[in-house]
Amino acid sequence: MSSVPHEMPIASARPKRLPLLIQEAPANPGLRLRTVLSAPLACAAAIATHLLIANQQPAFETRVYTIFLGGALAIVAAIAALRPAFLRNWVREMFPIVGAAALLLTVWEVITTGFRLLPMPYFPSPAGVISAMVSDRGLLFDSTWHSLILLLSGYALGVAVALVTGICIGWFGQARYWGMPILKIVGPIPATAWVPLAMVVSPSATFSAVVLIALAVWFPVTMLTASGISNTRKSYLDVARTLGASRSYLIFRVAIPAAMPSIFLGLFMGLGASFLTLIVAETVGVKSGLGWYVSWAQGWAEYGKVYGALVLMAAFFSTIMTLLFKARDRVLVWQKGAIKW
Amino acid sequence: MVAADPQPSVSEGFSLRVERVSKSFPVPSSNSDHAIALDSISLTLDAGELVSIVGPSGCGKSTLLRLIAGLDAPSSGGLWIGQDPILEPSADRGVVFQDPNLFPWLTVAQNVEAGLVARGVLKEKRSEVAEYIRLVGLEAFADAYPHHLSGGMAQRAALVRALINHPKVLLLDEPLGALDAFTRMRMQDEVLRLWEARGTTMLFVTHDIDEAIYMSDRIVIMTPRPGRIERIIDVPLDRPRQRSSPKFLQLRGEILDLLHFSGSEQEEPAAAL
Repeated sequence: MSSVPHEMPIASARPKRLPLLIQEAPANPGLRLRTVLSAPLACAAAIATHLLIANQQPAFETRVYTIFLGGALAIVAAIAALRPAFLRNWVREMFPIVGAAALLLTVWEVITTGFRLLPMPYFPSPAGVISAMVSDRGLLFDSTWHSLILLLSGYALGVAVALVTGICIGWFGQARYWGMPILKIVGPIPATAWVPLAMVVSPSATFSAVVLIALAVWFPVTMLTASGISNTRKSYLDVARTLGASRSYLIFRVAIPAAMPSIFLGLFMGLGASFLTLIVAETVGVKSGLGWYVSWAQGWAEYGKVYGALVLMAAFFSTIMTLLFKARDRVLVWQKGAIKW
Repeated sequence: MVAADPQPSVSEGFSLRVERVSKSFPVPSSNSDHAIALDSISLTLDAGELVSIVGPSGCGKSTLLRLIAGLDAPSSGGLWIGQDPILEPSADRGVVFQDPNLFPWLTVAQNVEAGLVARGVLKEKRSEVAEYIRLVGLEAFADAYPHHLSGGMAQRAALVRALINHPKVLLLDEPLGALDAFTRMRMQDEVLRLWEARGTTMLFVTHDIDEAIYMSDRIVIMTPRPGRIERIIDVPLDRPRQRSSPKFLQLRGEILDLLHFSGSEQEEPAAAL
């Protein structure tokens, strides 16, 4: 009698599926066939779909897209066939995603070229986008270059000023007293809200764009630098003082390194704000760059170019973001293992 | 383990004089009230002496150490190292806190050389860094970041970080308080060895009576509210000391008596306060 209520819950509570899951996980992390074949098969499917559907498209468009997909197929097939040791982890992590991307292109093509479900010319096929990118590569490259220059100048200016103001506000009581109100009132205004004023006041559109981007970056970087500096653990400062530290040592070798994790948070937030401001500034004022290109192409109803520029923008911004992550990993290497990012 | 001191063993300690020092803090909830942390403390350490301060929490022992370090200013009274009054923190007075407080963004070696960098003498003395790291057996961890160290290793690094400046007085604020019993006893020997090799004057705050008797020439017993010196006891035992010798245990009993901790029972009272 008494043993039943004891056994029952235990038996029913045992997770029946768990052993199966454990068995399924590969003991030796080799590559599974499924993973290896995912990307090449998806690319092949994309090509097959394209050749099947795109029989009334312009020849140039079809050729460019076929070459593009064929190139992708050749690369992933070669990697799948050879599986070089240095690419093992990359294959394991990225092949399913590459495959999914190829399938997404296929679906897109089926919807646009295949069944014509979306109104033209607003939704071109992937072939249309890629061929637009190829045919207009000169201008696209030029626009990307101008955007890069503008972004970097604005970002660098904003960060440089923000580090100085942030460190001052974080460290000196006087600077905090006078600086905080300005920061709190001016800071939250989105930089793009200054556009009308900037267009009236500034000598050139490029100059005002740089200033606006810098302003957008300045607020989060200043805020987080100041908070990082003023939250430096007092015991670190005490220890440094008993080691004979001067004030400059306390600021530059204790407070700033201690504030670095917080400063990087500000740098990331500032980078996001700078992308937004860059594109707005290029759309309304500056006569170059990717933001300008998008609105220009849209004016001509060349939506293939619009999407091409968006694709480029995505690649451009995520590359810059990745570089900032790499810089963070480098500077904050001392945190590795201590905290999870 | 400590092999040999990098410096020839000349005594580098200075005397320390604390004269009628009081310290009070404003009470946060009131405008005029002040809590008295230290009430007219007078204490003199001879050059090269190792003195412990024991007492229950709230007796102001850490406050006194912060005053000697120059991190806080006394409300009244004065403090001197040799002939020089203590006005602000300086490399003269090294401090080791209970928390090692290693800078997490610096490697062990960089932490140890921090004092040299702060004083701008790294170039001349860079060769010493490796010797000090060897002194506490952390060679293998010289390039590791602090969060990879155990508590004992971190505290050893903190110890040599303070010692590399050749302080005239070394202040230790419960430096071994967070360590397990075995690591703690090993570290006590290391501190003693460094002390004997260097002749640095040391003031050692602890709440462990055994530790105080094992290590110090004299023991200052403080009582709380307000923080006062109850008694200063000489420890007339030969070194190295036996923790279980009758004299050791007798002294221990006397100190527990002074602190009103020896019950009427035979039962051992807790040594740690």
